[in-house]
Amino acid sequence: MFDKLKNMIKSEENTKTSSTKLSSGKKLKIGYIHLSGCTGDLMSFTENYDELADLLDAVDIVYGQTLVDCWEMPEMDIVLIEGSVCLEDEHSVKELKEARDKSKLLVALGSCACTGGFTVYSKGGQRAQPQHSSFLALQRLVKVDMAIPGCPPSPQIIKKVILAAVNSDMDYLAPFMKFTENQDACGCDLQKRIINQSICIGCGACAAACPTRAMTMKDGRPSFNCDRCVKCGLCYYQCTRSWWPIDQIKKEMGLE
Amino acid sequence: MGGKEIMIHDSALGPHQEILTARATDKKILGKAQDGGIVTALLVYALEKNIIDGTIVAGDGKEAWKPEPIVATTKKEILKSSGTKYTMCPNLAMVKEATRRYGLEKMGIVGTPCQIMGVRKMQAYPMGLRHVTDKIALIAGIYCMENFPYDSLKAFIQDKANTTPEKVVKMDISKGKLFIRTSDDETAIPIKQTHGYEQSGCRYCMDYVAELSDVSCGSVGAKPGWSTVIKRTDVGCSLVDSAVEDGVLEVTETNTGKFGLEMLRKLATNKKKQRVKNVDKALDLGLEVPFTRSDLKEDILENR
Ligand code: SF4
Ligand code: SF4
Ligand code: SF4
Repeated sequence: MFDKLKNMIKSEENTKTSSTKLSSGKKLKIGYIHLSGCTGDLMSFTENYDELADLLDAVDIVYGQTLVDCWEMPEMDIVLIEGSVCLEDEHSVKELKEARDKSKLLVALGSCACTGGFTVYSKGGQRAQPQHSSFLALQRLVKVDMAIPGCPPSPQIIKKVILAAVNSDMDYLAPFMKFTENQDACGCDLQKRIINQSICIGCGACAAACPTRAMTMKDGRPSFNCDRCVKCGLCYYQCTRSWWPIDQIKKEMGLE
Repeated sequence: MGGKEIMIHDSALGPHQEILTARATDKKILGKAQDGGIVTALLVYALEKNIIDGTIVAGDGKEAWKPEPIVATTKKEILKSSGTKYTMCPNLAMVKEATRRYGLEKMGIVGTPCQIMGVRKMQAYPMGLRHVTDKIALIAGIYCMENFPYDSLKAFIQDKANTTPEKVVKMDISKGKLFIRTSDDETAIPIKQTHGYEQSGCRYCMDYVAELSDVSCGSVGAKPGWSTVIKRTDVGCSLVDSAVEDGVLEVTETNTGKFGLEMLRKLATNKKKQRVKNVDKALDLGLEVPFTRSDLKEDILENR
């Protein structure tokens, strides 16, 4: 997996002169930082390798453990951060703050970064790092510009986001900026923000989106099993009635 | 078929290329399905032509008239599920399962307008649908004015028709009435009397004719036993066109008058005008409704 990405970077170096896709003529400098997550987001990202190879030609991956041999964090146009931040891990806190200072756009990639995800269950005491007990969504400590939820986010959404970023399609990206307002998530969001607001229509999209079957449908309404919930927020974000991107839909259907 | 027609932008009936009146030619389908049996016929045809390899439909649940979403991969299963159910069936809950457990590569989805909205949102923003949205091959919509929770439906059946769900053989909405038929009786409940029983989420729904589907159909605007079919996307158009060409659907003249398309347009427009008011009211109350206030809309009929 990592080799693939490394090759991608190498081939990119070989063809440096030919890639002038970005309007500025300069390549976007991208960093990837791995905090407390499971690497699922990176794996989802790399699943797009074949389709995105050309596109990634237009960017420079300038920072990232296992991706590039660079220990000093450089200035970056975009930094993607996977995983939540652990308060007891000084290094993580410092890296996050530094990434904020050195990047123009800080993107929380995946639910652990966006909402804490399953890491919010941690209470510490585990082997190896028993003191690591408090994990938070990134925006609790720094300003996050975009949050891309998913446990992990599907390869399809990552591809769409990258394409939108390269084409400066800010309309497509706008919802992800809005998502940064949520600092946590839970299946009970549907009860509070959809059912109790009288807007649920019993379509089942929430249940399809749930990665753990914490959300199922019963009597035409979502039914929530809290014990299975990994706090990813997908049920809410994917709910038909939580927000309504009609302009994007029309655009994709060729209706505008 | 000849050259493609152009998309007609229409804020009452949604974007479409052509509207026609048709019915299935298969007697088996006509006997079992609602009205012209278009959805059933198109799904079976799409399956046989390998346009889809299975489809999510509202199938029979454990209780009578309480449907559950199923993945149908044979003509028999599609036929078994045909007919409108008049209560919510969470079809979208199956999209992931359909690609995983059933391994569908070319999925068909049948749904109410709101469900079609959900599918299109999934396609536009598939955060939590890994390798699902790229497998959607056909989206068929059915017209919908409102939908009833199962308990509401039970109330109609028990209190108004004095029977039990098990004894009901067919339900139907036409001419402003909900018909409940048993093998030896028929009760007609004026739709006015069903108000207050519909699910509350429908009060904000501005889509009557599944505007974002590939093809949508329903009985309104067609004579009894026929359906009004709205061809929308290229996928929907080519499917309907070849089904007609192959004799799977037969087409009759479309009534554009008062009891035809005018009626369809009137119902769609009225629904939108009424719901837009509900949206305004809800927003005034401070509720989290995802739609736009009427005074901020260029066209109040638009589904946004
Ligand atoms: S119910 Fe499922 S989708 Fe919703 S937050 Fe919990 S795990 Fe995520
Ligand atoms: S996706 Fe939203 S509207 Fe649909 S059933 Fe779930 S909570 Fe209700
Ligand atoms: S009226 Fe609208 S929200 Fe209600 S079931 Fe029909 S399509 Fe869905």
